[in-house]
Amino acid sequence: MQGYLVLEDGTVFEGKMDEIVSPVKGELVFYTGMTGYQEVLTDPSYKDQIVVFTYPLIGNYGINDQDFESKKPQVKGVILFQLTEHYSHYKANRSLKDYLQKWNIPYLTNVDTRAVVKQIRSKGTLHAVISKDKQYDSQDKLSDFPIRDVSASEIETFGNGATHIALIDFGFKKSILNSLLKRGCKVSVVPFHQMEKVFEIKPHGIVLSNGPGDPKQMKNYFSTLNQLMKQYPTLGICLGNQLIALSFGGNTTKLRFGHRGANHPVIDQKTGNVFITSQNHSYVVDKKSLEKTPLKLRYTNVNDGSVEGLEHEKLKVMSVQFHPEAHPGPEDASFIFDEFLDTYVAAGREKVYA
Amino acid sequence: MPKDTSLNKILVIGSGPIIIGQAAEFDYSGTQGCLALKEEGFEVVLVNNNPATIMTDTKIADAVYSEPLTVESIEKIIAKERPDGLLATLGGQTALNLAVELDQAGILQKYGLKLLGTSIESIQKGEDRELFRKLMIDLNEPIPESKIVEDVPSALQFADEIGFPIIIRPAYTLGGKGGGIAYNREEFISIVTNGLKMSPINQVLVERSIAGFKEIEYEVMRDAKGTCITVCNMENIDPVGIHTGDSIVVAPSQTLTDEEYQMLRQAALKIIDALKVVGGCNIQFALDPESKQYYVIEVNPRVSRSSALASKATGYPIARMAAKLAVGYSLAELKNPLTMSTYASFEPALDYVVVKFPRWPFDKFTKADRKLGTKMKATGEVMAIERTMEAALQKAAESLELNNIGIYLPKLVKEDTSALINRLQHADDERFFILMELLRRGVSIDELHSQTKIDYYFLHVFNHLIELEGKAKKEKLSPSLLKELKFFGFSDRSISYWQKTEEKEIRKLRKEWGIKAIFKMVDTCAAEFEARTNYFYSTYVFGENEAVSTRGKKKALVIGSGPIRIGQGVEFDYSAVHCIQTLQKLGYDAIMINNNPETVSTDYETADRLYFEPLTVEHILNVVENENIDVTLVQFGGQTAINLAEKLEKAGVKLLGTTSELLDILEDRERFYQLLDETNIPHIQGAMAHTKEEAISEAKKLRYPILLRPSYVIGGKGMVKVKNQEELLSLVEQTDENHFPLLLDEFLFGQEAEVDLIADGKNVFIPGFMEHIEPAGVHSGDSYAIFPAVSLSKEIKEKMTDYAERMVQHLQYKGIMNIQFLIDGQDVYVLEVNPRASRTVPIVSKVAGVPLVDLATTILTGKMLTDLHPQIAAHEYVAIKYPVFSTHAHSDVDMKLGPEMKSTGEGMCVGKSVEEAMRKVFDHLFPIHSDGIFVDGDKKDDVLDYIKPVTDNFESWLEKKEAVLYYNPEENDQAKARRQKALERGIMVLTEEASFQAFLSALTVSKYTPISLHELSDKGVEMSL
Repeated sequence: MQGYLVLEDGTVFEGKMDEIVSPVKGELVFYTGMTGYQEVLTDPSYKDQIVVFTYPLIGNYGINDQDFESKKPQVKGVILFQLTEHYSHYKANRSLKDYLQKWNIPYLTNVDTRAVVKQIRSKGTLHAVISKDKQYDSQDKLSDFPIRDVSASEIETFGNGATHIALIDFGFKKSILNSLLKRGCKVSVVPFHQMEKVFEIKPHGIVLSNGPGDPKQMKNYFSTLNQLMKQYPTLGICLGNQLIALSFGGNTTKLRFGHRGANHPVIDQKTGNVFITSQNHSYVVDKKSLEKTPLKLRYTNVNDGSVEGLEHEKLKVMSVQFHPEAHPGPEDASFIFDEFLDTYVAAGREKVYA
Repeated sequence: MPKDTSLNKILVIGSGPIIIGQAAEFDYSGTQGCLALKEEGFEVVLVNNNPATIMTDTKIADAVYSEPLTVESIEKIIAKERPDGLLATLGGQTALNLAVELDQAGILQKYGLKLLGTSIESIQKGEDRELFRKLMIDLNEPIPESKIVEDVPSALQFADEIGFPIIIRPAYTLGGKGGGIAYNREEFISIVTNGLKMSPINQVLVERSIAGFKEIEYEVMRDAKGTCITVCNMENIDPVGIHTGDSIVVAPSQTLTDEEYQMLRQAALKIIDALKVVGGCNIQFALDPESKQYYVIEVNPRVSRSSALASKATGYPIARMAAKLAVGYSLAELKNPLTMSTYASFEPALDYVVVKFPRWPFDKFTKADRKLGTKMKATGEVMAIERTMEAALQKAAESLELNNIGIYLPKLVKEDTSALINRLQHADDERFFILMELLRRGVSIDELHSQTKIDYYFLHVFNHLIELEGKAKKEKLSPSLLKELKFFGFSDRSISYWQKTEEKEIRKLRKEWGIKAIFKMVDTCAAEFEARTNYFYSTYVFGENEAVSTRGKKKALVIGSGPIRIGQGVEFDYSAVHCIQTLQKLGYDAIMINNNPETVSTDYETADRLYFEPLTVEHILNVVENENIDVTLVQFGGQTAINLAEKLEKAGVKLLGTTSELLDILEDRERFYQLLDETNIPHIQGAMAHTKEEAISEAKKLRYPILLRPSYVIGGKGMVKVKNQEELLSLVEQTDENHFPLLLDEFLFGQEAEVDLIADGKNVFIPGFMEHIEPAGVHSGDSYAIFPAVSLSKEIKEKMTDYAERMVQHLQYKGIMNIQFLIDGQDVYVLEVNPRASRTVPIVSKVAGVPLVDLATTILTGKMLTDLHPQIAAHEYVAIKYPVFSTHAHSDVDMKLGPEMKSTGEGMCVGKSVEEAMRKVFDHLFPIHSDGIFVDGDKKDDVLDYIKPVTDNFESWLEKKEAVLYYNPEENDQAKARRQKALERGIMVLTEEASFQAFLSALTVSKYTPISLHELSDKGVEMSL
């Protein structure tokens, strides 16, 4: 049947949809990567967002059991040009369509996705509804605390390596956990609301995960975070990067329309090296606000100069705005984990055992 | 890192004449590279003996040498010009090999020439099989089990260990020349023996066949700082086993998960980094469709056909960036020229689908082996951009200019199903259409998968097309059905075919129902950033039209010439680009439509707007309507554009200088002869026959031999010389009805000459006369030719001029025209008139110093010749145009020349005398040993006066290292077999006495000096338009 994507500014895009119970609302964002739809759909950072895929053929390789970033799709809705029904891949066991239907994720196909992107580009991020009517009208409410909705409730420990890392969960991507496990770590995933338990766990280091929404919603935790970082080597990823900046007195702002894709060039100010990163964020650390903090700018975005990563002057604290764990996207930045574990965590451990 | 300021003058080596495996893509990359260097303030010296290119225009480089691409010749140029840098990664395998040879000969060192970009060491690591293998093992990158062998016994030992099939790849050859897959011992021995001979270092790689794996390519770039990016990845629809140049390729990959995409991307970056490539690099992988196992197949540490394709597919100008990286810049310092707000260190995001379809020469080489394998056979390719796979495939098929109606190839209807399934077992050029035909007949996708190993994703897309075609056939056309068909790329022509109506009726219906094409932009970034590009493709049914017509200037549309094929090569792209440039100078908005990804015309920087579309009436009209085109030019897009003229005219498109009436007069033999009779111009006796009976009766009025051919042809397609009535009867009997009408002409032996002229309806400007070395009977595209002519008398030239003037005045012709003459004693006959820019236009323009296309364009837009006063350069040099054949790719095609064109490209050398120019033409054979030339055939005594005969018999001569040239003009089976054997061993073959005599004249010259095209034109008078 006919369906519509209605933007809060009144712009209407037509498409085709299956029957849905009621219109859904979300923040409208676009993803420019040409592969990785399964990872995107299940990345908790996309909580409450309607994702527009700019690549027109989505679903070619179906859905498999391995490439999930969390247990279920996290997006509010999906906007597509074409949804491939006849998928083909040896690992796949269902079509994307079946998967979306199973989880009741509304999707609109046959949409001029490029025109939607241009609208977002000119207006900045907007809210939108997927509906069978042309009205921007929905009873659907957005979560007032999306991080709470996507993070775990209990501490869970994975692996049995010698290096113990506490992964503080703001809605972590499974690939962050995997990146640490692959490097021989034992990882305790600690829900953000239990972060003070890290003091009991006494890990060798902390990783602050990615997560959805505005980092300032976490302001009640800034002082605990600050305490933790004074004690443990810390790596912040995406939301984690923003939280570190805020905890040390910096500020964050919202980008006009975010960075979401697999092709963002980042330059390391220390070495001059440029590498391609996977990104997914709306909020960004305000570069100017860093002046009053003990944080130094380490990485910046080649295209718009925005903050891509920080280092603490004295403490063993580093953070990146991009996704070194990839999935989806390039693995050029995987060295971040090595640097963190080999330089920050290992150095700390030597001290402990000395 | 900023620009290397120690450099001032840079030598760029081009790729030479077009051969299979090295075609127009190197004009595109070379032109981009030279312009990028000039933009940086370097003085650029270019050597490339392919005159039919934009890169050899004098404004692209500061000195252009159309000189031999040999070490000796290039050393002379280096000694003369004293450049301080050498860029060899833009001229294909030819330039890369030359760089290695120059280095090994100590010439780079002797002249203090710095090799820019990728180092010799890296080139060798990428190209030398053993070094490459070692590097992969060091990097822990998987490669199929293989062995480097230098003799047959060691190859056989490997075969015993591994089993068949086995792939054979000779070292340092282009387009997989001399390679193949062997399925048994016998084939294996033959291919290995041949491969050893073809390899300049007598080395081949024998390798476990991984046929059936997915074939995935990555185009990667690296700067000297070590920043690596991938511009694009591509997936071959045909799995490993068919050369990527012969495969249907899509971009980006369609069936890879993100994990697989990134796994191969990471491997590609690791390899390019280890190779320390500076610039572009192509890396090919084989990926198991059932696991994560992959193998690295090949690395090309230079820009390539694939990189040209990737540039056009993404908008990212690889060659231009590669040139800048070579002179010191880093990727993060260079702006992305499409957005100007982002940088070159990013990876393009596509929001459309690209399909590349190869164009093979089997319409010409009808008897050649059509089977595809690891040796590339296609002469060119088309590219299509759309938003669904279905539509992109259809657009690609529409662009081929074969006897197909979209995805339907009618000739296959006659073959039975089992025969077609059999043909799938060993892929040939019609595989895509065979798959379509089999699906049409209800053969299952599973069956097709088991025969071809093509991924189910693609087979489902193919099947979807056939389902839709079924609807188009059976159902009454409704707005919703028409929308569905258009959305998935069915052309108006295809729909009208299945609906049994006329194409224009479908167009009318579409308009009534509001179904129209809209245009989307190619911008490298999926609309994330605002782009300033003018590069568009069409899509149907819904969406925002981004190609909003701008007001202001008058708009001119130039129709391109489509894929490179025999008879229509890069020279037509040269004309189209010149036309565009002139239109811009004249104040027009110049708009290009073309579908060939290899060319300069489809560089988004060439025209004010580029529409990457099939060259069909439907798509051209879409552009005309969208842009409100004022005038359209069809004289500069070869026969492709000319063939569209009538329909465009009927649809109300205003064509400059070309009318269907004019074309009909010139192409309909009866009307043409009537025209010649009316204007009192002598012509050969001939007739046109619409039926078999008519052919037989008309032939009775003529003298044998008779030249028989279908009308409306490119490059003498389907031309046959018929000796007697018996032959004629049998031929006519075999002729398919759709080849009628047939033309029958008496075949005269005489000298051929031609002119390319400019006319303004009244006045004629002839920049010179070109004489062919071989007598009539050899296709003009395959002949050696001299410009300006040296043996034509004043009287003959006057006659030619007189006839040309009469013709132009009678037709009131405006624009550019090519006339072919036959000279028999004092008699001059007009053979053929082409109302368009011809193959020889670039040569004449460059040697006479007169930009013919520029002149013609200026006249077409309203000026008179008397306003322009063109003047011919006043030098005394003479140019030889020579044909180049792709015998490495089609070794089974006999080299004996005839009325049907066989060459794929042409070269040009300039000298103070014909002999000096000839010496340059044959420079690659020198020094010639006394045993180097073998003269064979009954008439060998005619030429043996000139050289010492070889005492060996043919077979033992063949095995000699000194063997370089074989001459045999005979037309029998033994001669054919011997020519083939010689060619297989890389020996040059001549089949015409005149060509052989020309070669002999080269032997009289021991020394030659290089001369640049600038030096030639400087001797002339600069013409201002």
